[in-house]
Amino acid sequence: MKLFKNSKTAPLIASPYLAWAVIFILVPLAMVFYYGLTDDQGGFTFENVATIAEYGYFKALIKSVNLALISTAICLVLAYPLGMILTSMKLTRNTYLVTLFILPMWMNFLLRTLTWMTLLEGKGVINAVLTFLHLPTINIINTPSAIVLGMVYNFLPFMILPIYNALSRIDDNVINAARDLGAGTFQTFLRIIFPLSLPGIISGITMVFIPALTTFAISSMLGGSKILLIGNIIEQQFTQLYDWHLGSGLSIVLMIFIILNMIVENITDTEGGTLA
Amino acid sequence: MKKKLISVALVVMITCAALAGCGSEKTDSNNKLYVYNWGEYIDEDVIKEFEDETGIDVIYDMFENNEIMYAKLAQDTSAYDVICPSDYMIQKLIENDMVQPLNFDNIPNVKNIGQQYFETSKDFDPENKYSIPYCWGTVGILYNKTMVDDVVDSWDILWDEKYKGQILMQDSVRDAYMVALIKNGYSLNSKDPDEVSKATEDLIAQKPLVQAYVIDQVRDKMIGEEAALGVIYSGEAIYTARENPNLEYVVPKEGTNVWIDSWVITKGSKHVSNAEKWIDFMCRGDIALKNFEYITYSTPNTEAQENIEDEDIKNSKVAFPDLSTMNVEAYQYLGEETDKLYSNEWMKVKSAD
Repeated sequence: MKLFKNSKTAPLIASPYLAWAVIFILVPLAMVFYYGLTDDQGGFTFENVATIAEYGYFKALIKSVNLALISTAICLVLAYPLGMILTSMKLTRNTYLVTLFILPMWMNFLLRTLTWMTLLEGKGVINAVLTFLHLPTINIINTPSAIVLGMVYNFLPFMILPIYNALSRIDDNVINAARDLGAGTFQTFLRIIFPLSLPGIISGITMVFIPALTTFAISSMLGGSKILLIGNIIEQQFTQLYDWHLGSGLSIVLMIFIILNMIVENITDTEGGTLA
Repeated sequence: MKKKLISVALVVMITCAALAGCGSEKTDSNNKLYVYNWGEYIDEDVIKEFEDETGIDVIYDMFENNEIMYAKLAQDTSAYDVICPSDYMIQKLIENDMVQPLNFDNIPNVKNIGQQYFETSKDFDPENKYSIPYCWGTVGILYNKTMVDDVVDSWDILWDEKYKGQILMQDSVRDAYMVALIKNGYSLNSKDPDEVSKATEDLIAQKPLVQAYVIDQVRDKMIGEEAALGVIYSGEAIYTARENPNLEYVVPKEGTNVWIDSWVITKGSKHVSNAEKWIDFMCRGDIALKNFEYITYSTPNTEAQENIEDEDIKNSKVAFPDLSTMNVEAYQYLGEETDKLYSNEWMKVKSAD
């Protein structure tokens, strides 16, 4: 990397990325802010952003934050032990396992969510099997539980990968040193492994929480359109109600949440970086 | 490094997923036609036949409801040449100057369309200048005879606690409010905020009983016996009864909405003469019949009606009801103010517990 530092070729090499960033990140962002902070006549207004305080909208936001938090927590609980198992297996076998977790991501996520819909239906596949085995059926389709299930299923790989990464970067010597100095398994985990894997956990949380917070496909498919999340409201503003101003205004509110999340990540990430 | 690789892989994956959603690319060749129609609303062979006969390249896109169609067209009226919205939406398009008058001389097959449908069309297209009917029908209740033991003849049954979790409602503002407004004896075109808010109350009260708010899925869910009662368009009645003989379609005694979906040409159309050829083709008796047999939505095409081979369907009161004996009303465009009122009220329903 030092090769390009201070040399004249650096800006040249960076230019495609710069163009990409301007066209696909900065311009859309500017447009969201423009529409979000103006009204029909193009005059400046805070009304669109303030709409979030209205009853239905605020309720949808709270519900979204709730479901996203629950999903993130479940993902973390599932992913952390798995990350540890993967790290302990060492190279050869674990590459297959990692691939196994990434594999579903090669299929379209809408398709996979649609599959859950058919699986969970009252007379769906899962219940057919349960009935056959004379077990009680599950009726979670069109409830928040189904949405959480959909989120966990879809976003779990985004939690596993960063955690696995952070764990596999931990130098075995550090752990051995802790053992030499008399730390037990639990103490080694609590004082060495866990703090060192924190950056992975934080970025895993970000990568699950943000898509979970903003999703509208999962909630409308597995929630039977009965549970309105903030993502659904924003989607409706654009696709059905043709109110770009309100849609953008609400997106700005969501962005605040996302930025907060990223600030937290940044702070902890630099701390973790110096530790590693 | 590994972390970077993974993040690069993720970015690529997300971009691919995003790009996969983008449809056909548009080039500016003259022999093209951009058609925008409802999903599953045509026999796809008909498109092929049209292309073979005329040499016109058809780019065929589909929408799920009128509002989605409008939001897309409002950005650019030249994005499509010929579209097939419903009554009230056609009125809105006319009022907002987004469609153009048709030249009936170039659409000779229009003679096949029954005069009474043009009469009904006057509710939203007063001079019959802009639209030519494609399909029409009513909205009613589809129920499963083995799962419902009451007489289904009223919208009230959708509020019956007995069928909790067995009811499918339409996930579109106008159709949901139509049910609640008519149940209360109001007009389905009500602009009275008190009447609309009474309907909202009823819909909120109904919500715990509703299994899901759906559009096209109501058909498959009813066939699969996922639900006992569903609000559905009459056009699905023949198909669903064929797939599952336990299903029966009823128009409630209080009345319902009669709707017409018609072809219109957009204001910004760049291929007007191709669009006229398309509409003319759709009005041809044999083509209308082919479409009817495939989608089973009632055709206003008299020639096609006469040529239906199945006598049961030809004389079916479901496919071709006698509207004079029913209390029916077509949707009208209610203006921007009232549109906003409805969408705010609908939001209350959707965000209720």
